[in-house]
This record gives sequence, C-alpha cells and structure tokens, in this order.
Amino acid sequence: MNAKALLIFLLLCTPAMAQGFADLGTEAEGFAVPKPGQALAFPEDHGPHPEYRIEWWYLTANLQDAAGVEYGVQWTLFRSALAPLEKPGWPSPQLWMGHAALTTTDRHYVAERLSRGGIGQSGVTAAPFSAWIDDWRMASRSAPGTDQLSKLSVDASGTAFAYSLKLDATGPVVAQGQQGYSVKSAKGQASYYYSQPFYRLSGTLRLAGGDVPVTGQAWFDHEWSSQPLAADQSGWEWFSLHFDSGEKLMGFRLRDSREGFTSAIWIGGSGKPEPQQPGALKVTPLEMAEVAGRSLPIRWRVELPGKGLDITTRALNTNAWMTTEVGYWEGPVRLDGSHQGRGYVEMTGYK
Amino acid sequence: MLRESFTALLSHWRRKPLQLAMLLLGLALATALWSAVQAINGEARASYARAAAIVGQDRLSSLWREDGTRFGQQAFVKLRRAGWLVSPVIEGEKRYGDVRLRIIGIDPLTLPPEASQVKVTGGGTGLLSFITPPGVFFMAPETAARLQGQSTPPRRIVDGLPPGTVLTDIGIAQTLLGAENQLSRILLWTEQPLARKPLAEAAPGLARKDPAAESDLSRLTDSFHLNLTAFGFLAFAVGLFIVRSAIGLAFEQRRPMFRTLRALGLPARQLVLLLGAELLAFAVVSGLVGVVLGFAVASFLLPDVAASLRGLYGAEVPGTVSIRLDVWFAGIAIAVIGTLAAASGSLWQLWRMPVLEPAKPRAWAMASERAVELQGCAAAALLFAAIVPAKFGTGLTSGFAILAALLLGAALLLPLLLSILLKLAARVSRGVLAQWFWADTRQQLPGLSLALMALLLALAANAGVGTMVSSFRLTFTGWLDQRLASELYVTARNPGEAQAIRDWLIQRSDAVLPIWNAEGRVGSEPVQIFGIADHATYRDNWPLLSSAPDVWNSIARGEALMVNEQLARRAKLQLGSAVTIPGGWQLPVAGIFSDYGNPKGQIIISNDLLTRRYPDVSRLRYAVRIAPAKAPALADALRAAFSLPPENVIDQAGIKAFSLKVFERTFRVTAALNVLTLGLAGLAMLASFLTLSGMRLPQLAPVWAMGLTRRHLAALEFVRGLVLAGLTMLAAVPVGLGLAWVLLAVVNVEAFGWRLPMHVFPSDWLRLGLLAVLAAGLAAALPAWRLLRMAPAELLKVFAHER
Repeated sequence: MNAKALLIFLLLCTPAMAQGFADLGTEAEGFAVPKPGQALAFPEDHGPHPEYRIEWWYLTANLQDAAGVEYGVQWTLFRSALAPLEKPGWPSPQLWMGHAALTTTDRHYVAERLSRGGIGQSGVTAAPFSAWIDDWRMASRSAPGTDQLSKLSVDASGTAFAYSLKLDATGPVVAQGQQGYSVKSAKGQASYYYSQPFYRLSGTLRLAGGDVPVTGQAWFDHEWSSQPLAADQSGWEWFSLHFDSGEKLMGFRLRDSREGFTSAIWIGGSGKPEPQQPGALKVTPLEMAEVAGRSLPIRWRVELPGKGLDITTRALNTNAWMTTEVGYWEGPVRLDGSHQGRGYVEMTGYK
Repeated sequence: MLRESFTALLSHWRRKPLQLAMLLLGLALATALWSAVQAINGEARASYARAAAIVGQDRLSSLWREDGTRFGQQAFVKLRRAGWLVSPVIEGEKRYGDVRLRIIGIDPLTLPPEASQVKVTGGGTGLLSFITPPGVFFMAPETAARLQGQSTPPRRIVDGLPPGTVLTDIGIAQTLLGAENQLSRILLWTEQPLARKPLAEAAPGLARKDPAAESDLSRLTDSFHLNLTAFGFLAFAVGLFIVRSAIGLAFEQRRPMFRTLRALGLPARQLVLLLGAELLAFAVVSGLVGVVLGFAVASFLLPDVAASLRGLYGAEVPGTVSIRLDVWFAGIAIAVIGTLAAASGSLWQLWRMPVLEPAKPRAWAMASERAVELQGCAAAALLFAAIVPAKFGTGLTSGFAILAALLLGAALLLPLLLSILLKLAARVSRGVLAQWFWADTRQQLPGLSLALMALLLALAANAGVGTMVSSFRLTFTGWLDQRLASELYVTARNPGEAQAIRDWLIQRSDAVLPIWNAEGRVGSEPVQIFGIADHATYRDNWPLLSSAPDVWNSIARGEALMVNEQLARRAKLQLGSAVTIPGGWQLPVAGIFSDYGNPKGQIIISNDLLTRRYPDVSRLRYAVRIAPAKAPALADALRAAFSLPPENVIDQAGIKAFSLKVFERTFRVTAALNVLTLGLAGLAMLASFLTLSGMRLPQLAPVWAMGLTRRHLAALEFVRGLVLAGLTMLAAVPVGLGLAWVLLAVVNVEAFGWRLPMHVFPSDWLRLGLLAVLAAGLAAALPAWRLLRMAPAELLKVFAHER
C-alpha cells in the first residue's frame, strides 16, 4: 500500500476522532466503499474518484548521476474529501495536498503544498492524464488514445530544490491485489490500487550546487479508498523494490495491537503479478536509529520464502523524515542478500 | 537624627492639611488627565495594530491592482501554477441592520503561517463548515455583542480580531459581498520556491506592495491622537503650576524649621535629600491615585472618542479601556518627574542658603522688576518664533510648534503686561486707599503670576478651541443644508428591488437621483467615485469651494470631474489638474467641493460615465426629490410597498441629526478636557491665594491698624482676585483667537484635510470671562473669609513679632 497517505487528514482531525494514523481508521460515512470483483477501467480510473474519501498518485524514484552518486525522489498528490461529492468553486469539499522530496546521501529536502479543489489550483484529469498542484505536475507525454501512463513528465520545486524528470515505461500497468482490489486487514478493509513499476527515467535535479543530470528507475502508484485501515491499526511499513533481475516486489505490513497484517505481490520481469498469501511476507527490524526525535528501524530483513527472498534493506540516508504536517519516513534503500537492487521504504505511525 | 528630622519636616503637613491636599490633588489631577489621554491613545493604537496585523498585512508583501480595485481570482491560480506561494484575500464592507462589518475572506489552505490568526478547523465539523455555505464568521466578543439579533452566518468568538471585523472563508465572503470570483489582494509567502516565473509574467497588472510599517489607519488618525496628546500636555502643565505653588509655599513656611534643623547640625545635603524623599513619596502616592483617576476619565471619554474615530476615519476602536501596564509606569514616572521639576528651584535655593539665612521671613519669591523684564524679552522671542513656522513651516509638527510658542510666550508675557496695567491704574487712581490697592496688587503679582499664567493658558485654550468648534459647527450645519438637499434617501436590499423602487418612485416624486459609487485608489489615496445625475438639485446646492466656468455642463458631458477638498489637498490637485481614475483614464478637475467629516477622498463624475466605466457598480441607493410636506407620507408608503426596514428609508432631517450627533461627539472630548483644565487653573489660583494670605499679614496689619475694618480689607482682597482674573481674561482673548486661527488654518487642514472659515463668537468669551471671574471669586473667597474671621490678636501679633 502506497499509502502514504498521511493526508491532510490532519485537517479532519479532531481530538475525539484521533484513531489510527492520520485518521485513516475512521468510519466512511456517506462515502463509497471498494468492492471486490469490479475491474479497473482505463483511462477513466487514472482520474479522481471524489465519492471516495482518500486517493493518491504516488511516484518514487531511485537515481544516479554520471559519477554514480545515488539520489531518491518522491512526488505525491493526495486528495482528501470532506464530503463525497465535487462542487465547482471555493465550496468544493475536495482538498488536495502535494508532497515532494529529494534525498541525497547527506540531505533530505521536503516541500508540501495544500489546495482546494474547484478553482483550478490543483486536480487530476484522466485523459490526457495530468495531476497537478500549483506548478508541480505529473503529466502524460503519450499520444491520445494510447496508454496514458507509458510516458510521463514530472516536476516539483521547493525553496531549496527542484527537479524535472522524463519517465518511460518498459512494462505494463500492474493491478494490485485481486484485479486492483487490495485488502488491508483481516476484517476486510480494502482499497483500489494499481501500479506502474517499470519506469526508466532521465532528468535534472536542481540543488544549491547547480544542476545535476540523473538517470534511474521509478515506481508509480495510484490508490483510492474510503477507509483503508482498521480502527486498531496504528501505522505501516511499505516496501517497493526493484531487483537487478528485472523483477519487482511490493509488500507492506500494517501494525496493530497483535502480530500485524502483511501482504505482498511479486511482479515478474514481464509484468505478471503473483499475489502472495496474507502473512507470507515477513519483515523484521534489524537496526534502530534516532530520527526526528523518534526511534525508527533503518535496516530491515525482508523474507518471502515462496520466492526464495531473504534480503536486508539499508537506507541511503537514515534521516529521510518528511517534515510535513503529518510526518513520516520515506526514503531510498539499497538491497543485499539473496537478491540485489534498490527501492523505497515508507514507515508511518512512529510516535 | 535623620528620623527625627524627617518627622519634624512631615509635621508641617499635619498642621496644614489643606496645603497637603492641594499639593496631592494638583499632582493627581495633572497625572490623571495625562494618563487618560495616554490610555485612550494606547487603546486606539493597539486597535490599529490589530487591524494592521490582520491576515499578516504588517509582515507580508502583497499584490494589488495599482488602482486598488478588485480583480479576477484566476490571477491567484495563475500565480500558483507559475510557482509562486501566494494566498488570496477578499475584503469589503457589509451592513447587518445598523452594524457595518468589515468582512475579510481567506483561504485557510494557502494562508501563510504569519497570517493565521484563527484556527478555523477548531471545534465541530471544522474546515467543512468553514468553507461550505452558510460558512462561519469569526469575530471579537465586542462585535458579536453588537450583532445581537442580526441574522449572520454562525458566529464564533475569538480574541485578537479588531472590533467590527469578521474573518470568514473566501468563497463565503465573495458571495456575501456580491463579488463572485473576485479578489482584493494576494498575499506573498516570505519564502518562495526555486523554480518560478518572473512576477511581471505571472501576475500582469498587479503591483507588489511591501508590508506597511504603518497602517493607513494609524497614519490617518495620527493627527487626532497628536491633538489629544497636546491637550494632555497642556493639562499637565497647568497642574504643575499648582504643584509649584504648593511646594513653594511649603518651603517658605518651613524656613524657620530648616534653620533650626541646620543649626542643630543637620548637613544641607541631608536636608535636601530628606525633602527630596518626602516629595518623591508624595509624587508616587498621587501618581498612583492619578493613574486610577486617569483610567476612570478615559473610560468615561472613550465611547465618544471611539464614535468620533469611527465617524471621521472609519477606524474601529473598542469602547472600553483595558488596564495597560505602560500607562501605569508612564503616569507614575511623569508624576515624579513633574514634582522634581517643580521643586528643583526651591531645593536649589535651600542647598545654596547660608545656615542662618532661612530665618528671615520675606515675601516668597519676590521677583525684581528686572526679572519680569527678562521674562518679557523671552516672551517676545517666543512670540516671534511662533511667526516663523506660521509663515514658512508646513505640517502638523509646525502647527503644534506654533501653538506651543504662542501659548508659552503669552503666558510669560502676562506678568509684565499686568504689571504695566496696574502701574497705569495706580497712576490714574485718586485717593490713598485706591492707590494702596493698586500698589499692593502689583506687589503681590510675583507670587500670583504662576497661577495667573495657568489661568491664562486654560482660558486661551478654552477660547481658542471654543472658537474652532463653533466655527466648525456653523460651517458644518450650513454645509449639511447644501449637501443634503434631497428630501428622502432610500437604500434597496438587492438590484432587483432597487429597479422596482426606482420605477415606483418615478411616478410619485419630482425626481429620483441615483447615489452609486465605486471604490479605488488615486496614487496611494483610497477614494470613492460617485456618479451624479445632471439635475438642479446639484447645480443649485452643491457646496463648491472653487470651480471652472461651465462646471456642471462639462461634468454632465463626461468631460470633467470634481474632487473633494481632502483629495485636492492630499494629491495636490487644482482646477485643471488631470486625475487618473481607477481603471486608468484621465479627466481634468473642474470643481473642488467641501466634504466635512469624510475621511476618504471623493471623486464625482457623471452617472452615465460611472455605469459605463464600472459596470459592476452597486446600484442600490437613491435620493428622492419631493415637496417637503409630502416626504413623510411618501416614506411611509415606500416602506409599506416594499416592506423595507425603517433604516432603509431616511429623511433629510434624520441624516442631518445623525451627522450632527457624530459632530458633537467628536468635540465632546475636547470640551471635557477644556473644563477639566479650567478647573485645574482655578485650583492653582486657590493655592496661590492661600499661600499669599498667610504671608501678607505683615502688610495688612498696618492698614488694619490705621482704621480699615477687617470686613473692608476682606472685600478688597476678594475684589483683587476678581480684577486679576478679569485682566487675565482680557489678555486671553487675543491668545485664544491666535490659537483658533492655528487650529483652523494649520492643524485641522493637516489632521482632517479641510480648512474652515473662522467665525468669532464674543458672547462665548463673555461667558468664559464670567466663568473665570467666578473661579477667581471662589478661589479668593476662602482667604477673604479667613481674614474676616481672623482674631484681632493675630493682626496685633504682627507688631510684636521679630521683624
């Protein structure tokens, strides 16, 4: 679950309702609820779903410059609905939030944007695909009528950084869970969720020292739901991993008062999804570090016995804390063990 | 030794409680008036600061249209999409019943942190109810109290907002103000992202304005507060005259005690220190009492001040005084400093005095002819100095410099003037008693001069301010008659109703004249642009100060405009000057009209031009011409036909009454300070007469011994007080006239932007003169009564005492 979702939900948050992480565990009154057996439809489903409470378009990228120095980039647009409908103009109950980050080995730059729907400051269109808030933009470069996600351009800027990337997909879009229906707890909470994990990219990072040309690979997620967490779930760890073999793994663990809930999907080099049984994935923190006043695991052991996977992840920069309204850890990692590669890890709900 | 000396010194006050009361009262009253003015000004400034700080205007740069008009909100989206961190604001005024609200609409999601004053998400459904109709009004408790019974969006009370201001969502505000998709300005975040387009490209037509260190309000109202401060100072100065008299008297009467203490071995240094400590204690006690009194006076006056500020400048100031720490400190400090200043001369004398010298009783502070002449020279220099800025200076500061030099010069000149007059009187008088009376009066002059100077200041201020207010009232009422020529004024609730009312009225009245206006800026001045119909109502009555030939025709043809006096002065416009009107087109000035009581600049153009250039102008108000006798019936019929609330149809008399009420309240503060100052001057005289009466026995006893009865002597003493007060009043008249001229021709022009013709009201002076004589009579009565009741033995003792 790419869930980053941290969402504005702070804005919804009143002390009496504070449950789970960023309020994701509250009841979805009046909002639509994901149901199994409903196939995703493109390009329509690239666009927003205002009748669902939350939604996000998410991109993480692992990059290197000409000298082999590694970087990480995140671009996210969140939608959070105060009511399950869209209205034009200022009364629109649809709120939007953008997060952008650029991680180097010793710095982690973060920027955040908030906006209302209805006036054109932010939004998403399905075809041609374009997601934007202010001057931040993730837009399709593909021809009308073709797969809108096959070519993207992505831009964002903060007070101390900016980036501009061109992405080209080398594989197909992958539906998560059962044809896009992704279960988030034993009680049946779920979301709609699909990914495009096969991006090759090139672009430019703008930093205080000047422009840095980079290349690398990226992972795109789009997910929407009304209540992705059960009330007793307090946070999660999420892994999106690119192996040197060309295979991919998306896995997450939702923490609760008991042993937690894990789920994973193995994606073959051709893009064939192999959903794993709940609980098949095992993640174990190996090393803790003090980040932003919290104790966080910065090395993980990730095991998926069915695929012969037993690796450790190591953060490129342990201090990848998102200093946004709702804080969380999100950063690039390197992989070692049975498989080699790179990826992104997200950790939420650490107090 | 120290303790015994101190007790001995203090014992004086136990024997003379009246003297002590005078000293403490003078000091407390002086401090009270000063503190009251400080408290009022402090309250007003705090309120301006709150107004200026609203949505961070005092710290954030913002983007505006050059002419101050509203613009489409796409400019905001465009800036955002060009990479700028900005936030939209809409602002406007709306009436709820008789409450006028300043409505500020914000977007909580993009608002810069410096601008967040209110947590809009707090409580209940939070953001959703804030941004969706009917929205939420955040306001100060005072505003909520005023709105009692009005139907507004749900009200939520917060601290820190100025009274009369409401914070709400931008979408809600746009709808309420009838300005869909419009913005007043755009706030810039202090930190901006790396990648962004140049401002000229991202926001064409908008100009960047840096945060104002000083708000429009505090600049506009500055002169008003300076006026009050000047009055506070005047009152304090008059109060110090009392303190000076009381301290002088107490020192004089304690001379034998000083001698004894020094002879017993108390060093001069310690004596001075002890007396200093004594005065310091008095100063602190009466300073405290004074500040308490000051807050009382301030809370009595503040509602009027607040009403005038609202009427004159549209500035909102709360009607209640909050206890401000700085006023406490300033009040006590000024009491201490004033006391020490008033006592410094006496302490210095004591320090320099030989040990046995103090035993010689002599008339206190008997000044030589020479000293009076020197004082006269200083006075002449000051009066001359007053002319220089009057001739060459401009601005409020020079206005007050003239006032200070004029008043001080006149006060210093007074003893010399009185001395000459009394000398003349002695020369022309016949008979030994009359000659003794004049000579003796002149002899007392040095002792009384301080009190008389205080009286002169108070009388001159009264005469001057009185002349100004009366001139103002006369001009203002005449002007109201011209300006409010129409019989009825109607305000519709919406454009449809306005059209229906107009159609209805056209058949039933002589004329229906639109009163429509747009707002904007000329240069940095906020202005209102009114359109007027070409009608005899205006041609015959409009209060023009100066005009080009054919002014009404050129305006009707849309070839010229008129400006009010304020705008003409501030923007330095003359007949024929070209004015760039909001919207970017130019017209020449064909007329300048007087517009008293209006803080804003005003432009008048033809109504056709107004509706053509500003198609969105609000068209709700009309003036109606009809035979005056039929006006009340038409007003009732109109209210009934459209079920209009009473306040939406106002007759001429109603508006005049309202305007005059605002006017009267404006000057009620001045009047109150005037009366208090005069009261203080009366106290100063009482103190001086008491002082002298104690010391004059050696002079009176021989006259008594020669056969004049005590009754006769007492009557002469009483008359003396009246004569001196009368002469001082005569001297005060020219000073008052000078003061009035400076107020009308310099200070008012700077403070309000209009100049009034001066009218003279001799009957007012007569009343003031009687008041002065009455005060002097009261002050002289107590010593005279004492003389009357004095045991003959007391008078006899004079001859027995060492001398």
